[in-house]
Amino acid sequence: MQEWLEGLHPAILALIKVLLFVVPLLMLVPGLIWWERRLLSWMQDRIGPNRTGTITLKSGKKIKLFGLLQPIADGIKLFFKEDVTPNSIDRLIYFLAPAIALFPAFALGGTVPLGPSYGIYGLLTPIANVDIGVLYFLAISSLGVYGVVLGGYASNNKYSLMGGLRGSAQLISYELAMGVSLACIVMASGSLRLTDILKTQEQALWGAVPWLQNWFIFTPFGLLSAVIFGICMVAETNRVPFDLPEAENEIIAGYHTEYSSMKFAVYFMGEYAAMFVFSGIFATVFVGGYNLLPINWEYLMDSQWVGQFATLMHNLQYWLAPLVFLFKCAVGITFYIWFRATLPRLRYDQLMSLGWKNLLPTAVLNFIVVAIWILVTKIHSTLMGIVAGALAYVLLYFLFKSFLGATRDKPILQKRTLDYMPEPPKPQSNPVTGA
Amino acid sequence: MGAPAQPVLQSVPLGWYLALGLFTFITGAVGVVVRRNPVVVFMCIELMLNSVNLTFLAFARYSPTVVPGMANDPQTWMTGQMMVIFVMAVAAAEVAVGLGIIMAIFRLRNEVDVDDMSALRG
Amino acid sequence: MNLPVTGEQLTFMALAGIAALMAVGVVVLNNPVRSAMCLVVNFFFLAFIYFTLNAQLLGISQILVYTGAIMVLFLFVVMLLNLGGKQIFKERRDFKPILGMVVGVSLFGMISSQLILPMLKVDQIRADNAYGAPQSIGKTLFTNYVWPFEIASVLLLVGIVGSILLAKRRV
Repeated sequence: MQEWLEGLHPAILALIKVLLFVVPLLMLVPGLIWWERRLLSWMQDRIGPNRTGTITLKSGKKIKLFGLLQPIADGIKLFFKEDVTPNSIDRLIYFLAPAIALFPAFALGGTVPLGPSYGIYGLLTPIANVDIGVLYFLAISSLGVYGVVLGGYASNNKYSLMGGLRGSAQLISYELAMGVSLACIVMASGSLRLTDILKTQEQALWGAVPWLQNWFIFTPFGLLSAVIFGICMVAETNRVPFDLPEAENEIIAGYHTEYSSMKFAVYFMGEYAAMFVFSGIFATVFVGGYNLLPINWEYLMDSQWVGQFATLMHNLQYWLAPLVFLFKCAVGITFYIWFRATLPRLRYDQLMSLGWKNLLPTAVLNFIVVAIWILVTKIHSTLMGIVAGALAYVLLYFLFKSFLGATRDKPILQKRTLDYMPEPPKPQSNPVTGA
Repeated sequence: MGAPAQPVLQSVPLGWYLALGLFTFITGAVGVVVRRNPVVVFMCIELMLNSVNLTFLAFARYSPTVVPGMANDPQTWMTGQMMVIFVMAVAAAEVAVGLGIIMAIFRLRNEVDVDDMSALRG
Repeated sequence: MNLPVTGEQLTFMALAGIAALMAVGVVVLNNPVRSAMCLVVNFFFLAFIYFTLNAQLLGISQILVYTGAIMVLFLFVVMLLNLGGKQIFKERRDFKPILGMVVGVSLFGMISSQLILPMLKVDQIRADNAYGAPQSIGKTLFTNYVWPFEIASVLLLVGIVGSILLAKRRV
């Protein structure tokens, strides 16, 4: 198999790689929609779609599929629905916008490794193992704005345009914090290549526990980065609680108000595919990618006690790597759904102040701390590096807090709303004291 | 670390890149003169900046200098790329301020037309 | 088989042709949103051409900075202006386009005959294949170009402050 793959023309091999990534992604989208609807209904204490796909045999016995065919039925319905196109639209852009929205969702995963970098996976999994992997991901995810903005513009509908404007402002704002939070990880692993970032995570935990893996989420700065990246990830995919571009009680359905039938389905599909790939990126950068458990089986293989078991697990992990990766993506999607079931939508000013006043300064603070930690570790020792990092955290936290306090003394927004409010009537005299 | 960079498009002469850069630059320049919408004028300026970037990069890769010793000096290859980075930074700052100015003018006069903005003519 | 052009040259021609076409589209199209879209496609293909020049980092920053941030700002502003009424972007019809075309063509003829024709002979690539890798760029940027880099960062800071001041209704 491996020789056969190596002998192929590079273009054909590239095509195989792309198909191996895109086809499963396309096939998983209906499953994701089913999972979202079922899990959401379970969280909200209702039944949800559980009928479609139930087969009744002649003997009266029923084979239940728990509604798994519902998304496929929905897809068929969307195919055959009337495609309503409004009259005074920008026709070209209106038709192009859903395709533009779908493109980044599928192109995002171009540098994500689904398996180890040796053996057959090394040939097949990162579609492009380039030394700018993280930047590629950031660049493509920033293209996601265009589908939203152009769809909103082309529909020639006030609410669509509002949705598009909100979407673009939101995506630009959260991209910054996302980039800085990823920059911490890039600095700590010393490479922009995603396979190198994974390799860094397979080293000894904190440089001290050799049989555990150093997943970035186990390190303090990595945890902070992961939280920031996770929030930005939800905002970038326009999901609850950041779904202001399609807030249904304010602006109907936002940028896709005027889209019906298959074009709407394409928007929908793009959103789910983007969620999935974003979860995959999170898994790769912070929680060890295709490794199921944070244990270095290779290290344990030499030991007397668990050597055989470790060898077994190592081989198992090698062969199950893509499935483990998919499992981690599914866990990410589950978190998305959990957020949707739990959190109410943010107000617009809350969204902006969260992005600019909290996430971005925190990410920059984290960035500075990582820089200090690396510098002191290099010129002094590991212990001093950790101490310096902790000190920097404390110092910068108080600095940040004092800055926040300084801005909080002058609430600009409240003052402005007070201008429009009628003054409450003043009592002429106090009836009790008579003053 | 990883596979070495593959050489690509080796049989394209430098002049082709320069021709594309020149064409884009002149298109942008004509656009700046001809168009009246300030946002489009701005876009044309971006076009010109990008064509300059392309020229810088092409010269950086081919480095066709006659000075002995300069052509194979890594410093010569890097200079062009550094210039591109700084052009990008300046372009980003310029767009932030320029679009802010356009919005301010729009709020003030409720119209945007470069030919009608003549309040400073004196 | 001996074609006058190689496959690589055809690739370049395709990329450059689309980029040039889109550049013309920016100037010619009347609708500013379509102009912006043309510019986005142009920047995208310019990024591909950067990749063909082995400058991966700059190619990806081209997509990240220009198409991902700057053009989104452009679209944002065009749409904000659009909210105020459709007819504010009416181009007047006068002699300027013809004049511009004449000037452009003559300028292209002059410069290309003097500058590009001699450069057509240069086809020896001197730069190392890894000259566009993040490592080499980072090393150069933070050693020889550290002062320009700092000045650029100050410039960006000034840009941020300036645009915030401009955007505020009442200062």
